[in-house]
Amino acid sequence: MSRPRKTNFRPKNAYILKKSRISKKPQVPKKPREWKNPESQRGLSGAQDPFPGPAPVPVEVVQKFCRIDKSRKLPHSKAKTRSRLEVAEAEEEETSIKAARSELLLAEEPGFLEGEDGEDTAKICQADIVEAVDIASAAKHFDLNLRQFGPYRLNYSRTGRHLAFGGRRGHVAALDWVTKKLMCEINVMEAVRDIRFLHSEALLAVAQNRWLHIYDNQGIELHCIRRCDRVTRLEFLPFHFLLATASETGFLTYLDVSVGKIVAALNARAGRLDVMSQNPYNAVIHLGHSNGTVSLWSPAMKEPLAKILCHRGGVRAVAVDSTGTYMATSGLDHQLKIFDLRGTYQPLSTRTLPHGAGHLAFSQRGLLVAGMGDVVNIWAGQGKASPPSLEQPYLTHRLSGPVHGLQFCPFEDVLGVGHTGGITSMLVPGAGEPNFDGLESNPYRSRKQRQEWEVKALLEKVPAELICLDPRALAEVDVISLEQGKKEQIERLGYDPQAKAPFQPKPKQKGRSSTASLVKRKRKVMDEEHRDKVRQSLQQQHHKEAKAKPTGARPSALDRFVR
Amino acid sequence: MTANRLAESLLALSQQEELADLPKDYLLSESEDEGDNDGERKHQKLLEAISSLDGKNRRKLAERSEASLKVSEFNVSSEGSGEKLVLADLLEPVKTSSSLATVKKQLSRVKSKKTVELPLNKEEIERIHREVAFNKTAQVLSKWDPVVLKNRQAEQLVFPLEKEEPAIAPIEHVLSGWKARTPLEQEIFNLLHKNKQPVTDPLLTPVEKASLRAMSLEEAKMRRAELQRARALQSYYEAKARREKKIKSKKYHKVVKKGKAKKALKEFEQLRKVNPAAALEELEKIEKARMMERMSLKHQNSGKWAKSKAIMAKYDLEARQAMQEQLSKNKELTQKLQVASESEEEEGGTEDVEELLVPDVVNEVQMNADGPNPWMLRSCTSDTKEAATQEDPEQLPELEAHGVSESEGEERPVAEEEILLREFEERRSLRKRSELSQDAEPAGSQETKDSGSQEVLSELRVLSQKLKENHQSRKQKASSEGTIPQVQREEPAPEEEEPLLLQRPERVQTLEELEELGKEECFQNKELPRPVLEGQQSERTPNNRPDAPKEKKKKEQMIDLQNLLTTQSPSVKSLAVPTIEELEDEEERNHRQMIKEAFAGDDVIRDFLKEKREAVEASKPKDVDLTLPGWGEWGGVGLKPSAKKRRRCPVVLLSRFLIKAPEGPPRKDKNLPNVIINEKRNIHAAAHQVRVLPYPFTHHWQFERTIQTPIGSTWNTQRAFQKLTTPKVVTKPGHIINPIKAEDVGYRSSSRSDLSVIQRNPKRITTRHKKQLKKCSVD
Repeated sequence: MSRPRKTNFRPKNAYILKKSRISKKPQVPKKPREWKNPESQRGLSGAQDPFPGPAPVPVEVVQKFCRIDKSRKLPHSKAKTRSRLEVAEAEEEETSIKAARSELLLAEEPGFLEGEDGEDTAKICQADIVEAVDIASAAKHFDLNLRQFGPYRLNYSRTGRHLAFGGRRGHVAALDWVTKKLMCEINVMEAVRDIRFLHSEALLAVAQNRWLHIYDNQGIELHCIRRCDRVTRLEFLPFHFLLATASETGFLTYLDVSVGKIVAALNARAGRLDVMSQNPYNAVIHLGHSNGTVSLWSPAMKEPLAKILCHRGGVRAVAVDSTGTYMATSGLDHQLKIFDLRGTYQPLSTRTLPHGAGHLAFSQRGLLVAGMGDVVNIWAGQGKASPPSLEQPYLTHRLSGPVHGLQFCPFEDVLGVGHTGGITSMLVPGAGEPNFDGLESNPYRSRKQRQEWEVKALLEKVPAELICLDPRALAEVDVISLEQGKKEQIERLGYDPQAKAPFQPKPKQKGRSSTASLVKRKRKVMDEEHRDKVRQSLQQQHHKEAKAKPTGARPSALDRFVR
Repeated sequence: MTANRLAESLLALSQQEELADLPKDYLLSESEDEGDNDGERKHQKLLEAISSLDGKNRRKLAERSEASLKVSEFNVSSEGSGEKLVLADLLEPVKTSSSLATVKKQLSRVKSKKTVELPLNKEEIERIHREVAFNKTAQVLSKWDPVVLKNRQAEQLVFPLEKEEPAIAPIEHVLSGWKARTPLEQEIFNLLHKNKQPVTDPLLTPVEKASLRAMSLEEAKMRRAELQRARALQSYYEAKARREKKIKSKKYHKVVKKGKAKKALKEFEQLRKVNPAAALEELEKIEKARMMERMSLKHQNSGKWAKSKAIMAKYDLEARQAMQEQLSKNKELTQKLQVASESEEEEGGTEDVEELLVPDVVNEVQMNADGPNPWMLRSCTSDTKEAATQEDPEQLPELEAHGVSESEGEERPVAEEEILLREFEERRSLRKRSELSQDAEPAGSQETKDSGSQEVLSELRVLSQKLKENHQSRKQKASSEGTIPQVQREEPAPEEEEPLLLQRPERVQTLEELEELGKEECFQNKELPRPVLEGQQSERTPNNRPDAPKEKKKKEQMIDLQNLLTTQSPSVKSLAVPTIEELEDEEERNHRQMIKEAFAGDDVIRDFLKEKREAVEASKPKDVDLTLPGWGEWGGVGLKPSAKKRRRCPVVLLSRFLIKAPEGPPRKDKNLPNVIINEKRNIHAAAHQVRVLPYPFTHHWQFERTIQTPIGSTWNTQRAFQKLTTPKVVTKPGHIINPIKAEDVGYRSSSRSDLSVIQRNPKRITTRHKKQLKKCSVD
């Protein structure tokens, strides 16, 4: 089954493919090949294997899969512990090599768009691209003219196969957008604020004027959730089976769709909420507020995990990239900023847009799209892990009406834009991830496969309380309870069972074990320990002093006369 | 009455005493102190007698008297006979009778038997038995230690232990029972048979096998004889060498040595003609010998013999001659060999090959000879070291050349000349750097620290000035362009000309950067007012700022929130500019928005800072106030606790009533003014975390390292997942798992039987334990 997911566009003579695309990463052999015993590698036939041993693996790829943080120096460990650590490290290396080797199976390459030297890719319009690509890809560019039911919000399912959209004036539809097969089309006779697929394409959550409704793919209303009222934005956390709703009343509500229970209803205390996005890396919800801050939420905490002041005016849109590294925000001050989410929360780049962006979205491969009025601008980064550089737009497109909803289609080079004039499906080369995980989100899965996947996904559901800023922190020991437990144990027993036994000098022969010498030896050890302690404290003091020292002008000899 | 009797006895005693003393006196020579002794004893006796006067304690004094040479006062003495009394003697009658012989025999038998020692008590015996059994068992069981250890460390254990041999029959067996049936097989086998190719053993043809097996008897015999002969020769030679070594004649050895030297020279000459390369090697050896000679000072009148000769030389002609001889020898030995090159000249162009070959190699040899000389080496390396410290790549070739020239010349002591030279080079490099300007500036700044010479400083000053000028000129140039983006920002119109549109926003930024740079050059310590651009700036201008890292560090602490948000960011222009459909007049709208933005910003920042301050205060650990109002003073409504209670102690900075809470760890957002990070612990997530360290780990970092690699199939390949989740123990359903046996792990003796023997027969005791038993009994 081959699929023209990749869309490389080569309009007539104008754009050339980069030659370097074929050259791959330098194959650095991990270890020099071992020619241990060539005789032993002789097969039955007597012929010799010209490439004995396993195939070499590039180091950088292996490094990508290594997860043990070796920068941290461990305290001295006993032999038994050391052996365990060695086992763990060996396991890590082996598994990462295996994973690196399996990279070979990711055969597809991302698409791209490249101008001839000096030519601006932003000037290439959709018509040019459509003209240049193959028919299958060209069919992915389409416009739905739905002027009647107002600006549209849209959502792609996780596999990227299905599209749901809802117009402000009540028009709700879901379709298999690749085949253009309509699944359902209804009018809910109420304003539709947002629409979102749940874990599969069979369920559909629609934020209507009063309450949150859930429909199936036939358009049958399954639930009306009255505890979520006046919902403005919806987000679905696929691994936790949580539907996060932000409401006009200022509440962020988490609804567990697998059991139908509201996990948490958090009051953001910041007025009406209408800017929301999720961080796909750690499932933290980002809310934008009118006072220019973005707050990060988890259902386990009543207060926001973090609050970032981003804009002088209110925040209009927030988007987080798929690696959870960058957050793009746009505010009323017409600025578009990209923040680093890795602990510093500082803006990496800032641009002032002519009219400010009302909608933002990241693609799977890190492209950033901003909807400004009736124009969408797309920026691309240099590499895969780099933030999009805002200097030069990658693509621009003008729509027939102001933008109301934006989303990149997963695993496709397609951007869906909902606007007042309907829905536009744009081709954006290099937006989607070319290789999909067939067990996780398979665009071609059958109904049976979907059911199987559903069961497995439900079994692997992540508890809601595990959502935190750094998911790797869960693999750490809870030091506070550990220490608490230790303290309690000491209190219970009356002594510290793990305390180092005081030094007891060994008895010695030939009269050297006299009481005086024993005491002397004991004293020696004690003094040594004491000296160590003093040394440490001195070092700490030095550190402090060095920190506190003013780094300004050098002290002058006349300073002593200053009164 | 009693007194009378006592007196009588006393008298008798004294008499007896005298009687007893008599023979002694006779035997011994009369000495003076003898009398003293006697007197003392008598006195003692008397005292005793007196003490026993009172009724009860009176004891009878047993007295016996026998006829013997030595008379003891208390005992029967057998001293007189001079031999031990034997039991049999008592039995012996005067006249021997046969009837007593049997009794005698029995007696002797009784005597020969030693007395049986007292048996130990039961507990002790049992204890010893237990100990012995324990030791033996421990020894037997210690055999299993490695097995146990291995099993404990094994990744996987498979039970039952005895594995069934996979029934792999050798290919010959399989093939013998197999017949070619299909026509294709038959054809193949026919072909193989025809060509005598191996059918069963796939590796060797019969010919090959035969060739492997072949080594005839004669051959073996010959080989053996050869070996024998070689061995005999070796032994002869050894014997000869030993004999010669024993010869003590100096003259003989001198002659031998000379002969050897001559022979060597001759050989060398010959070799030179035949094989020049080998000769050169030989030459090298000779050269090395010369070096050794030079190093050892063997023939330089420094030895004992030479010194004595030097004293004698004044008077003795012979001695003088000997000295001369030695000196000449020294000269000869230490002379540089130039045989090859000279001979080369003599030979002229007879042999082209040699001409080509030799001179180069000779030079090389000389170089080599120079190489190991430690003095030369040092001068070379010191130069290179200096080159390394200067870290100037341009300088390196020069320095190398310099070093080579030095090494080529004679040994020059490291002296002023060199220092001068180095200085010169430094200066030269500096000049070069100034030409390179920006790139080399950090290095230049380091240089100032190192040398601190005036010249360098002045040069740097000039350089910075140049830089400034450069910037200014560029600024002027850019200012003309700068108007364009501003215009564009004010009214972004779609119909603007393309070149203007293509003007990159980057341009604006660089302009600003330049301005700032100029400022920075003037006031080094001034803060950068634009932290947003800081990253980009530092990226672009790392070379222009000599103290960039320092400043950056400073900046990290002092990011100003105001600046962070109010920075003017370059505006993006796009090809398509959104059309505004709203009915409002655009200008009006813009105006309103501008006002709104201008006033909104301040509030936002102040509110945020306030919120942050509150959050910080809330997260701080609270002090405990122990003041009891009214305790020890007047109480009541409206009365405050006295100042004494509230006062802080000047020394400890703590009041007696105020327990200061320990300062918590620094907040994560301490240096991030635009962020509030919640420091509260996520207790729901903490419930899922590990809270007890498992056994072998002593620090939680160690344990964390072992659980950092995910084992689920989501993160791993199928194979890796299977390997990571292999069960520790695998059992085969429906099979009995027998306990491990010695044979299973390769031990031959069954250790179980040893154990059972000990348990069954605990009375078998080793000699060591017998000794122990004895010791116990003695105790």
